[in-house]
Amino acid sequence: MELAPEERAGEGIFLAFQYPVEIPGVANTYLLREALNSVRKYRGEEPLKHIEFGKLAKEKMEEMGMPDSLLKRSVNEGFSGGEKKRNEIFQMQILEPRLAILDETDSGLDIDALKIVSDGVNALRSPERSFLVITHYQRLLNYIVPDFVHVLVGGRIVKSGGKELALELEDRGYSWVEEEARQAVNN
Amino acid sequence: MDITLSTNGGGYREGYEEFKKDATGKGLTWLEAIREQGIARFSELGFPTPANEDWRFTNVAPIARTPFSITRNGHEKLSPRALKPYEFPGLETIDLVFVDGAYSEELSKIGTLPEGVRVENLARALETDEELVKKHLSVYADFTDEAFTALNAAFMEDGGFVYVPKGVRLEKPVHILFVTTKRDKATIENPRNLIVVEDNGSAEVVEQYVSLDESVYFSNVVTELFAGENSSVGHYLIERESKKAFNISTLRAEQKRSSNIRSHSVLLGGALVRNNVHPVLGGEGCDSLINGLYMSTGRQHIDNYMKVEHKSPHCDSRQFYNGVLDGRSRGVFHGRIIVHKDAQKTDAKQTNRNLLLSDNAQIDTKPQLEIYADDVKCTHGATIGQMDENAIFYLRSRGIPHETARDVILSAFTNGTIESMHVREIRDYCENLLADWFTQRKLAEKG
Repeated sequence: MELAPEERAGEGIFLAFQYPVEIPGVANTYLLREALNSVRKYRGEEPLKHIEFGKLAKEKMEEMGMPDSLLKRSVNEGFSGGEKKRNEIFQMQILEPRLAILDETDSGLDIDALKIVSDGVNALRSPERSFLVITHYQRLLNYIVPDFVHVLVGGRIVKSGGKELALELEDRGYSWVEEEARQAVNN
Repeated sequence: MDITLSTNGGGYREGYEEFKKDATGKGLTWLEAIREQGIARFSELGFPTPANEDWRFTNVAPIARTPFSITRNGHEKLSPRALKPYEFPGLETIDLVFVDGAYSEELSKIGTLPEGVRVENLARALETDEELVKKHLSVYADFTDEAFTALNAAFMEDGGFVYVPKGVRLEKPVHILFVTTKRDKATIENPRNLIVVEDNGSAEVVEQYVSLDESVYFSNVVTELFAGENSSVGHYLIERESKKAFNISTLRAEQKRSSNIRSHSVLLGGALVRNNVHPVLGGEGCDSLINGLYMSTGRQHIDNYMKVEHKSPHCDSRQFYNGVLDGRSRGVFHGRIIVHKDAQKTDAKQTNRNLLLSDNAQIDTKPQLEIYADDVKCTHGATIGQMDENAIFYLRSRGIPHETARDVILSAFTNGTIESMHVREIRDYCENLLADWFTQRKLAEKG
């Protein structure tokens, strides 16, 4: 917990923001290259050359169904909600973290964008990489099928289970879990 | 012999009487008439006070109470190497160099000019191109309510003169460089620049003001720019003078039908600086872009005063001003857009953004729209803020170190206003100046 945000990124942690910040005047491509090379430097690796980076970015953009022009635009400036979320996942694909935290990445997404975002996440799933997906809804979990589900109430994990738990929550709502948690505290 | 101008005793009038005995262009009655009107009007107006709405946030008392000398001892000899830091690497320019207000033939470099083009110092142009000068000089820069312009009119002797005839495209930018050396006592310079680009012509002109020493002096500049029909003119003002210098500059641009002007100012130096930009869009279909960047630190005071006058229909004007203020410095942005009765379909936009880097820095921003036409689109907006910590955190969360993240956000802010400079080498030069500014700041921070 004592690490600075940039050191956490260097260690391989990535946070996909719920509300990505708009940064006028800073090109998307600049952010990505600077970020990637900072992380590489942190790990003692050589920086990527312009051409190599360009190839990598192009490849990932195609996967995310994003037009090239987004690279030149200022970070998130004037992006729609869906574009911003896609951009987050795109950054994640470039940085290839060991642990990715997706903070309500599904909020405000239409079905098409949700699918693209999920595909982006699923493509990166591997035994060497963990995902922590934070959501209120089952909808996202139809696409990103979780290995474990933890229910947080008041900042604490009160119930854990497999993917069935999420389905059960979708079915029955959250009140029964809250009730269980209250009883556990009272006992 | 030196002439002293002071608000004490006989005041500026007494100095003027002395000055005119030996002034450049003596005997040209039309010029003498302008000078007489100038000193008469200045004597009536006196220096403006904060009671004057246009000077509410800028107190020029430090200028009023300083006695200034007009030196006529010629200028110090400078080696071309001393001017190296003020060149634009990779760019070939036509150079007019003034040292302590006096034209330096040795340091200037005119070269071969296209047919009909004139680039010379104004004093010389009064001899060789009197009719051209007479047709434009002091025609646009009205001084009825402008004390500093009146003062300049009274004491103007030299400056840059650029004339581009009809249909000629002047490829090489003109660089008018004003260098001030070490001053033993406070001096005043009243440069007057005249830029005339006739119909269908084009030119890029840079005015740059620099100091070789941290001396006290006063640059009171007036530039008149005439943009003929369908002409295209880029104007750059780079101000990087001594932190003890006073600089009052006025750019008065007269635009004819379908002309396009782009004015850029980068104000970094000076103790007390005021930059007036006053374009008059006087024919249909004019386009006027006015960009400004001001960065102040210590106890600097930098004031930007804009007056954009839409006099004809279907004209567009854009103003983007960004300020970065640090230390105990103070900035002012006063943006006036006046849309006259006949200027229908005017499209005017004004934006002023400010970044305060210190708790003690201050900015006064005042957008002002005066609209007398009924079918126009005018927008203005001003923001004042600190560094966006959320944006910095976002960059850091992607692995970018804290210091780099701050630099990135800052240069994104400042580069936004100079991006639109057409001449890449001038833009690069300005970007380097900004980078230096940030480096200096960091060094100061680290003590």
